[in-house]
Formats: sequence, C-alpha cells, structure tokens
Amino acid sequence: MTKKKAAVINVALIAALLIALYIMEQILPPTAMVFTVLKKGAIYALVAVSMNLLNGFTGLFSLGQAGFMLLGAYTYGILTIPVEQREFVYQYFDGGIVKFTVPVVVALIAAGAVAAVFAYLIGLPVLRLKSDYLAIATLGFAEIIRAVFQWDKLGPLTNGSNLLRSYPTFQSVLYPFIVSGICIAIIVMLINSTYGRAFKAIRDDEVAAEAMGINLAHHKRMAFIISSFFAGVSGALLAMYQTTIQASMFKSAMTYEILLIVVIGGIGSVTGSCISSFLFIIFSEWILRFLDNDTYIGSFHVPLLRSGFRKVVFSVIIMVIVLFFRKGIMGTREFSVQGICNFFTGKSRKKKAVKGGDSND
Amino acid sequence: MLRIPDLGRDFMEWFSKNLPYLLAGVSVGGQYALIAIGYTMVYGILRLINFAHGDIFMIAGLIMIYASASMPMYVSIPLVLIATVILGFLIERVAYKPLRSAPRMSVMISAIGVSYLLQNLALYITGGLAQQYPAIPWISDTIQVFGASTKRVTVITPVLTIVLVIILVALIKYTKIGMAMRAAAKDFETSQLMGIKINSVISMTFIIGSFLAAVGSLLFFTNYTGVTPTVGAMPGLKAFVAAVFGGIGSIPGAVIGAFIIGICENIIKGMGWTTFSDAFTFALLIIVLIAKPTGLFGEKATDKV
Repeated sequence: MTKKKAAVINVALIAALLIALYIMEQILPPTAMVFTVLKKGAIYALVAVSMNLLNGFTGLFSLGQAGFMLLGAYTYGILTIPVEQREFVYQYFDGGIVKFTVPVVVALIAAGAVAAVFAYLIGLPVLRLKSDYLAIATLGFAEIIRAVFQWDKLGPLTNGSNLLRSYPTFQSVLYPFIVSGICIAIIVMLINSTYGRAFKAIRDDEVAAEAMGINLAHHKRMAFIISSFFAGVSGALLAMYQTTIQASMFKSAMTYEILLIVVIGGIGSVTGSCISSFLFIIFSEWILRFLDNDTYIGSFHVPLLRSGFRKVVFSVIIMVIVLFFRKGIMGTREFSVQGICNFFTGKSRKKKAVKGGDSND
Repeated sequence: MLRIPDLGRDFMEWFSKNLPYLLAGVSVGGQYALIAIGYTMVYGILRLINFAHGDIFMIAGLIMIYASASMPMYVSIPLVLIATVILGFLIERVAYKPLRSAPRMSVMISAIGVSYLLQNLALYITGGLAQQYPAIPWISDTIQVFGASTKRVTVITPVLTIVLVIILVALIKYTKIGMAMRAAAKDFETSQLMGIKINSVISMTFIIGSFLAAVGSLLFFTNYTGVTPTVGAMPGLKAFVAAVFGGIGSIPGAVIGAFIIGICENIIKGMGWTTFSDAFTFALLIIVLIAKPTGLFGEKATDKV
C-alpha cells in the first residue's frame, strides 16, 4: 500500500466518523450519555496527546498540565463573556476591567497563546531541572497559578474565587471533535518533522543528542511551549463543555488523571492516548456507574455497592494496568490502517516488532 | 545609642504580635518534618518521590477517627501507629517492589496511582464528608505561652520531633540496619553485591517513614481537625519541598527545612498574604533547585556518562 493510498483511507475514515457523529446527533436525544462521553473524551484526548508530546516524546516529566488548562480556560472565559453579561458575572467587581469580547476562534487561539507565554516564562528556570525535580516544580507552578487566580485582588480580571459563566459554549458534539482533531493533527505533523525526531533523540539519550548537535535548551523549551499551547486550547474546550469556570476545578488530581490516561494508552503513542482517553471517560462516567448505586438481586442487598465505589474499582484497575501492563494499550506503536492491513495479511510483522521496541527510560 | 531601646521595643512588639504565628509555624514545621523524613529516606534509597506518602498520612488520620469511635484512646493510638506501618509496608511490597528493575518513571507513576487509589478509597469510606478528628486528651488542652493561648500540642510537637529525630539518627548511625540503609543510599547495586538484603532494608525504610507519618498525623489533626480525602496532598508536597530544601537524603536537613517552611508559611499568613503561603513553598523549591540543587546538607552527586 502506498503512502498516498493510506492518506486517502485515513481521510475517508475521519470523514466517515464525522458523518456518523452527525447522524447520531440527528437520531438520538441531545441529553444521551453517549454525547457527554464523546465530548469529554475528545477534550481529554487533546490534553492527553499534548502531555504525551512532553512526557512520551521528549522525555520531560512535567505535571503542570492542569495549570496550563486553567490558564486557557480563564483566558477563553475572560475574552468571550458578552459585554452586557459582564455586570452580572463580575457582580462583586463592577463588571471587571475587560470591556470587550473577541470571536470564539480568536479566543481559543488566545487561550493557547497565553498558556504558551506562561510556559515560556516558567520554562526559563524550570527546564534546567531533571526528571522528578522537574515534575515537582511544574506541579508546584500549577498550584501557584491556581492560588493566584483565586486571589481577590485580581478579581476584576479573574472574578476571584467566583464562577465565570455566560460565555459562548458548543452544542454539537462535532465541535470538540473538529477542534481537537485539528490540534492533534498539528501535533502529529510536528512529531513527524525534524523537531519531532530531535525530541525523540533527547528522550532516548540527552548526552548523545547534544553530541549530535541538537540544541537541548531550545528543543526542550519548544516542546514545553507547544505542549502548553495545546493544553491551553483543551482548557478552553473544557470550559465550553462545563459552561462554568472555577479555579478550584483544576487541581493536581486532574493532572494525575491525564497522566494515567497517557500511561494506559502507552507513553509515546498518539493514537494510544486518544483511545485510552475515550476508554477512561467511558469507564469512569458511564459503564462503571452501576457500582455507585445500591443494588438488590431479589431481596439480596449486594454488599459494597454505594456512592464512590466506582472510583475505587476504577483506581484498582488503573493500578493493575500500571503494574502488569506497563506498556499500556499501544506501547509506542501507532494505530494505522497500514498496521491493520499488515496484521491481517501477516506482512512485515518483523519490521513492526523492531519498531515497537521499548525506548522509555 | 538612643535608638537601641526603640529597636528592642519594636522587636518585642513585632514578636508579641506575631507570636501566635510563630508558634503555629514551629508546630506545623515539626509536623512537616515528621512527614519529610519519610520522603527523604525513601528518596535517598530508591530515588523515588513517594507521592502516596501524603495519603498515608491522611489514612492515618481516618484510622484514628474510626478507631477512637469504638475504642479508648490508649488502645486506638497504638492501633493507628501499627495499622499505618502495615499500610506503608504493604504499599511498598505491592506497588513498588515489582517495579524494582523498571525505569524510574514507571515507579513514580505507580506511586501516583497508589495516591489516587488511597484518595478514592477514603472518599468511598467517608462518603466525601469531612470527618471530625477526636480530641486527644492532654495534648489538645489549651495553655498559655508568653501570653498567647494555644493548644499544648504546639509546644509538644517540636520537642517530640527533635527527640524522634535524635533516636532515628542514632539508629541510622549505630545499628546494623542503619548501616545497611546508608550503604544502600550510597550505591544501591554495590550494596546488594556486598550481601545486604536490599528488600528488608527498603521495607524498614517504609516502616520508619510510615510510623513517623502516623505520629505526624496525630499531632497535625489535633490542630486542623477536619479530615478529607485530599487533606494529605498539600502537607505531603510541602514536606517533600522541605526534604529537597534540606538536601534530599539528609535527615537533619529535612527537619531544618521543614521548620523553616512551616515558620515562613505562617508568618506569610500572619502578614495577610494567605493566598501566597502555598505559592511561597514552591517558589522556594525552585529557587533552591536552581541556586543549590543539592539543598542545604545534600551531597554532591556526579552523573557519569
């Protein structure tokens, strides 16, 4: 199969997916659970891929994702609340200091840009640190950002610890799919470019990469900024999905969840992250729901089932994956039409096996 | 010459105004120190940030609540200590031991997974409501210190912390297991070759760390009585920062770092900057890591290519 043919099939698959979603929206009621799952899944897919770019492809173990999502969400909210609504939203701060609105698309890009600018500034000191120190420092930064955004002196801008609301949101499930899809496509293109190869070289061996003439500081900074940009965009999408923004939502637990999604999908696999984010949302929001309800079989009261049990079972499943299936669903491989065809025809299995070798250290 | 009495009086004024914060700072610092030791010892040997340590601290609080509901204090306090130690031991055996030869990142992810599991478990058991910590008699009595009224635990904490640290340092310096710990921290593989049973050394580290976290939780929750599933996260992170600040792997360093962080944090609260008291801790971490990555008392490590 030629490269061109594969591209055509990929485009056809994506178009088929979008059409299927569109038809589903026409048939099913808009409150159906499947739409909640799909919307949230698409948003989480974007942030998981952005985290994977950093953790899986560049080998920078950063835990600041929730902070950058917060920046994106707030930027989006602040820039798009209609002027006439501001008085009600910023009721304790005289309508706030921002007195204009921008179109949604501009606000989405601005959300990413603000996150990227902060990433640049944070990266200046933080990216000198290695592995676990980097993780703690970025986690700390996310916490600082959260505290600062709840500070009442910044109230005219951020509304203090009150909610931001009344900004434009999306109704159709196609919206997050298209935005996330475009962003993930850009990330994939980046990974396949010379930059992406440099990132992977840094991940595999920093010293060797530097010896080959890769500018470590520059490439690490680029990876950090780009990843934060897309985390910011996904933060804005999450804000649209949830219809309100509050800083207390973006806790480190959120970063942990995203990290676990990346791990389940396979560190270093874009399609793995996408698949696992949908699985994660489906399991946590939908399939395991029954564990939260008191259940009777005849007159027998099933023990243990009550509110919160779902999350316990869910975290046990995650622990099992982390301990026994360390490579996740996809390892470092990618899901592709080519791969499926090869799987069925049994062609070039050996080559794939070599390519799929473990390279995380 | 004339200004000196003025300065003295200014200082006294500042001192008496900030005394409650200073006392709270010393007390919180001691509690952070007890948690920080667990971090620094585990990191020293395994090079692992035990993200679940803060949650072990939280679970110790919950055990105390449920134990004291049905048992008298003199049974429930030892029970808390023993149960927490068992928990720490089991976590190491189940979640970290199978990953001994795996990349460091996998172990860290496993630690995050354990933390997630413990928090969800606590959420399930408590039903998400903040649980009221029981008042432990004697240490939660109110007393007067230099005219400021405070709970007795405020004074006990630093003393108890220092006593425990002295015992621990003696243990590490003069006993066989302590020597094994130092050897493992110095060079993991070589110590194995020298016949040190590395698994029992690591288990011992987790046992000591969990024991001190349990003591810390007894003291901490006497002051801050609401136990929620996420209550351990922040003290845990701060204790880790304290460990890094003091030089990771060094026990006296962790203790001094914890006291400094506890005191600074409470003085910042006293100045009305409560929003930034958490931010300060992390800003300190970044400054330390950039200016002196080995911390106050850390040993310089060189990476060989």
